[in-house]
Amino acid sequence: MTLSASIQTRLSDGFMLDVRLSVAPGITMVFGESGSGKTTMLRCLAGLRRPDRGHLAIGDQVLFDADRHVDIAVQHRSLGYVFQHLALFPHMTVEQNLHYGLASLDLKARRARAASIADSFRIAHLLHRKPGEISGGERQRTALARSLVTDPRLLLLDEPLSALDHVTQSRIIEDLRVWNAARGIPILYVTHSHREVFALGEHVIVLQHGKILAEGPPQEVLEAPAHESLAQLAGFENFFDATVTSLRADGGTMHCRLAEGQTDLEVPLARTEPGADVRIAVRAGDILLATEEPRGLSARNVFPGEITSMQREGATVILMVQAGCPFEVHLTPGACEALQLTSGQRVWLVIKTHSCRLVSKGQSGPLP
Amino acid sequence: MDWSAIGLSIRLATIVCVILLVIGLPIAYWLTFSRWRWKFLVESVVALPIVLPPTVLGFYVLMAIGSRSPLGRAWERWTGHGLAFTFEGLVLASILYSLPFAVQPIAAAFSQVDTSLIEAASTLGSSRLRTCFRIIVPLSVEGIITGIVLSFAHTLGEFGVVLMVGGNLPGVTRTVSIAIYDQVQGFQYAEANATALLLLFFSFAVLSVVYAMTRKPWAVAPLS
Repeated sequence: MTLSASIQTRLSDGFMLDVRLSVAPGITMVFGESGSGKTTMLRCLAGLRRPDRGHLAIGDQVLFDADRHVDIAVQHRSLGYVFQHLALFPHMTVEQNLHYGLASLDLKARRARAASIADSFRIAHLLHRKPGEISGGERQRTALARSLVTDPRLLLLDEPLSALDHVTQSRIIEDLRVWNAARGIPILYVTHSHREVFALGEHVIVLQHGKILAEGPPQEVLEAPAHESLAQLAGFENFFDATVTSLRADGGTMHCRLAEGQTDLEVPLARTEPGADVRIAVRAGDILLATEEPRGLSARNVFPGEITSMQREGATVILMVQAGCPFEVHLTPGACEALQLTSGQRVWLVIKTHSCRLVSKGQSGPLP
Repeated sequence: MDWSAIGLSIRLATIVCVILLVIGLPIAYWLTFSRWRWKFLVESVVALPIVLPPTVLGFYVLMAIGSRSPLGRAWERWTGHGLAFTFEGLVLASILYSLPFAVQPIAAAFSQVDTSLIEAASTLGSSRLRTCFRIIVPLSVEGIITGIVLSFAHTLGEFGVVLMVGGNLPGVTRTVSIAIYDQVQGFQYAEANATALLLLFFSFAVLSVVYAMTRKPWAVAPLS
């Protein structure tokens, strides 16, 4: 079953949510910053919010059509929705929470369905506890099980796992995948973490300012982002203006001179001409530091610089290195200690050719 | 001790409470969840008895149920006697008088219910009515109990409205507060003291039981 939707609605902070999407069975991540319209889109799909215009169908059943005045109420859409704060009923036990969506069945059938879903999501031992008496991960599992016990045709997840550690997250998602293997419903998973996108999804839709910026497998969309704004979302920290100086078509590379300073970078070949202006993105974590000039390296971009600042943030040390223009470099605290790095020190920057991504400056449009 | 006045007061307060619960729940629900833009007018009408002098309210109720009003005549045709200066008239006046004391705590409790719980219920296929009785009402128990207790106590202690609408007929409309007033007027201070003391202890006991009972029946741990 496929979800197809087009939604236009005015958001409170002045921009339009205007999306057109087709969601295949399996997990599709909806990725974007807070305020990009992710939750609003989910609420429109669920029927919790009425879009100004649009059309929405699962398979061949139309759930919403503004022109034909079709608007099926939430309670008849047979969908699962997991809220950001889960919205478990605090006065009911886990079992009663699971039973709530099964009002049309008799008690025996309800018990059987709840027991089976509780097994799938490993919460069978918690059935008689209340949400306040179980752990965060168990609550997430309960919320997921409650939304799936009704056998929905569409599952909408609004950052349901963001409060959990990575291991717990991927275990829960694994259980969800197993559950969905037999059913094949479309699952939309909203998140603002690019880590979750890589770890959990097969497909990603990137939302920005209420529009779909890009769509595709996470590896393609976020590892080789076509636009600068997408690269920023995907966690790229360094952006440089540069001019193409020469092409090496046979080697699949080209050389660019950074606009600021005299640094030359070898980057992957793109369809362009010498003299063209390009924009280059580099992840701060993809840049290596050496205290002496390295020799015998395969990396093609090696040039000197000076550390101007060091700042620790959690398990990352953020360094700014001046090498013609400022480069942001992320290292582990251990690496910093081993190299005895200090502010003001001369270092060598090492960047692999394929760590440099060419991005277009604008919001959209193909590569130059 | 004027036991008949005490019995009458308790009977009146109990009946009024039951009726207020039945009509107060839907009014509170509507006040909480309606998006009608003139809703504040209804809110003001419900809250009027809080600010209005009881004599003013009593006067209008008396006019409304008198034998010259349509309501009074309809009642007379149906039952054979008028509404004014009867127990039924007193019930009607007390309902109006205590309405805000029932509706406001209930509406406040309803509005405290997390909207996402209500939305979650609807995504699980629950009708509005089922969501109301399975989610909203159980999570508002404290507010509902408070509303019942307040309207009970308020009805028990009313004086001005009773005097205006019911007069002072022993066994029919003479409530405790009127009995105390009578006793004081007749210089029966010992009698008045006993009745007043009984009322004081009764009120204190009821409030204590309620506050003890509504001490967080279920605690929800903060999100992980």
